[in-house]
Amino acid sequence: MDWMEILKVFAVGGIICLIGQLLIDYTKLTPARILVIFVTAGAVLTALGLYEPLVTFGKSGATVPLPGFGYNLAKGAMNAVQTDGLMGALTGGIKETAAGITAAIFFGYVIALIFDPKPKS
Amino acid sequence: MADNKLGRQTVTFKKFPQIYMAFSTAGKKEGQGPLKNWFDSVLEDDKIGQRTWEEAETKMLKDTVVGAVRKAEIDKHEIDVIFSGDLINQLMSSSYAVREMGIPFLGLYGACSTMSESLIMAGAFVNAGYSKYAAAAASSHFCTAERQFRMPLAHGNQKPPSAQLTVTGCGCALLRESEGAAGCCEGKPVYVTGGTIGKIVDKGINDTNMMGAAMAPAAVDTIETHFIETGRGPEYYDMIFTGDLGKIGKDIVKDMLGKKGFDMTKNYEDCGCMIYGEDQDAHSGGSGCGCSGSVLCGYIFKNMKSGDLKNVLVVSTGALLSTISTQQGESIPGIAHAVAISTEKERF
Amino acid sequence: MKKSKNEKDAKKRYEKYVSGFTPSSRSVSNGIKAFAVGGALCTAAFLIQVFIQQSFGLENKEAGRIVTVGLIFTAQLLTGLGLYAPLAKFAGAGVIVPITGFANSMVATAMEFKSEGPVLGVGSKLFQLAGPVIVCGISVSVIIGLVYYVMGMFGLTLPWI
Repeated sequence: MDWMEILKVFAVGGIICLIGQLLIDYTKLTPARILVIFVTAGAVLTALGLYEPLVTFGKSGATVPLPGFGYNLAKGAMNAVQTDGLMGALTGGIKETAAGITAAIFFGYVIALIFDPKPKS
Repeated sequence: MADNKLGRQTVTFKKFPQIYMAFSTAGKKEGQGPLKNWFDSVLEDDKIGQRTWEEAETKMLKDTVVGAVRKAEIDKHEIDVIFSGDLINQLMSSSYAVREMGIPFLGLYGACSTMSESLIMAGAFVNAGYSKYAAAAASSHFCTAERQFRMPLAHGNQKPPSAQLTVTGCGCALLRESEGAAGCCEGKPVYVTGGTIGKIVDKGINDTNMMGAAMAPAAVDTIETHFIETGRGPEYYDMIFTGDLGKIGKDIVKDMLGKKGFDMTKNYEDCGCMIYGEDQDAHSGGSGCGCSGSVLCGYIFKNMKSGDLKNVLVVSTGALLSTISTQQGESIPGIAHAVAISTEKERF
Repeated sequence: MKKSKNEKDAKKRYEKYVSGFTPSSRSVSNGIKAFAVGGALCTAAFLIQVFIQQSFGLENKEAGRIVTVGLIFTAQLLTGLGLYAPLAKFAGAGVIVPITGFANSMVATAMEFKSEGPVLGVGSKLFQLAGPVIVCGISVSVIIGLVYYVMGMFGLTLPWI
């Protein structure tokens, strides 16, 4: 691991977030729409072979932001089609992202049951 | 014969129903703002020991009505009717607040314009002799409105500078006929002399972060109509207040009415701009029924009682959208009702 | 209701007029904050991942999963403690676009509707904002998988898979 590698991660992650900020500031897209755009964009770019190079280059910088979720979904589906055939299209996406989705649901549920929302200060 | 009206939209109360007493409640944040000394009651925390935010708003509204009744030293059974409204689905807060009080209830939905709407209605009932005491109330709560109309409290997001903050607050005015009430309470008598009922104006804004811009044309329309139908101009009033247009909406009103030849630069304020300080991070300003409700029943009423304000026009502004209309991409219909309040029995 | 051309023109004119009164939300500092915080978050995730890989001898993918789960948990805990909203107010897209923003949206909506009960309130509102993301993401992945399958039937392959 060298400094160049860390810088690449920082730059890729930062630029993806910057694009998100521009969408928030310059468009009237709601937060839910922006998240949907990022995930689907990540999946489509992966299918077109454009996201993989970014992951190779920027590592966590490309996988931690939401397009990385789309990347895993699309890659999972395509890989599973290769190994399992048609059913892979249905199982691959979720299989690849199962840990994240399940963690988000389980921890989310438990934490929502424990804590209460705080009013504005 | 309709002889209690001027033009088409303006009603005149020839018997001068009196705002006998008013009571205002503000949330914690509002109670730290520039108007903190004018509220009758400030909540220590916005949940006031209740289980849910809706219960908290209900309790706040109920306590405000009870507060007005106590301060007026009357019994709640003397109130013949209460006009009340809020922002929550099917007027939840009002209905549940009035539920145990045994006061005949007419619910009003005017979104954030509810305070002037309820004042006009209560004034009309008293003027016509249907009620001896009539109450007019309006409430809003940041946490109930936020969850119904906007984003959950803990959701991470950034609001544009045009966004407004729903006021946690509530106002209740008790009206009665002025005859036989001459020596009431301390200070000057405060009369509701009439009002101008607004039309819905929709200029096509559909961004819920631009409420001020969506409602401003309705305020302009109502104020202009009021001036034309009564023959009064802006200079007639000591102060003209709009409800919750915020900084942007206020500037639009000044500009639009200025272009129509009405100079609003000298004696015009917006309750939404008054209620929060610059350092309170309220973006464009306050909004909600409780905004003009608490400012009218607190700051404005008390300034009239002391004689510092004699003639006031309060124009509460509302955005008549629903969560469904927003999701379906409909634009935001604006409304504004003007109510004229005076310490003198002056007719239009 | 369908809008006529005149109404649309009037709407545009008014929007233009209004924009003259509206302060802009676009600021360079917003962008810098999003870039810096977003970049820092990804870098921290990367360093932790490398650390886990080296200390436990895990492979890349496995370590990445652990980090993702850790990020999700941390974001949701911060949401529960009421710290995520102020953080997002400062950093904007820097913490909204990473997976942490997705995790936050689930707890935020669910917690808010706790008063409607643990099943219908929390259970359904967990997906109020996250639902569309999962639905669209999975649907697109299925379509991609199907297209890829059909391509395979004609002997076409993609060099990057």
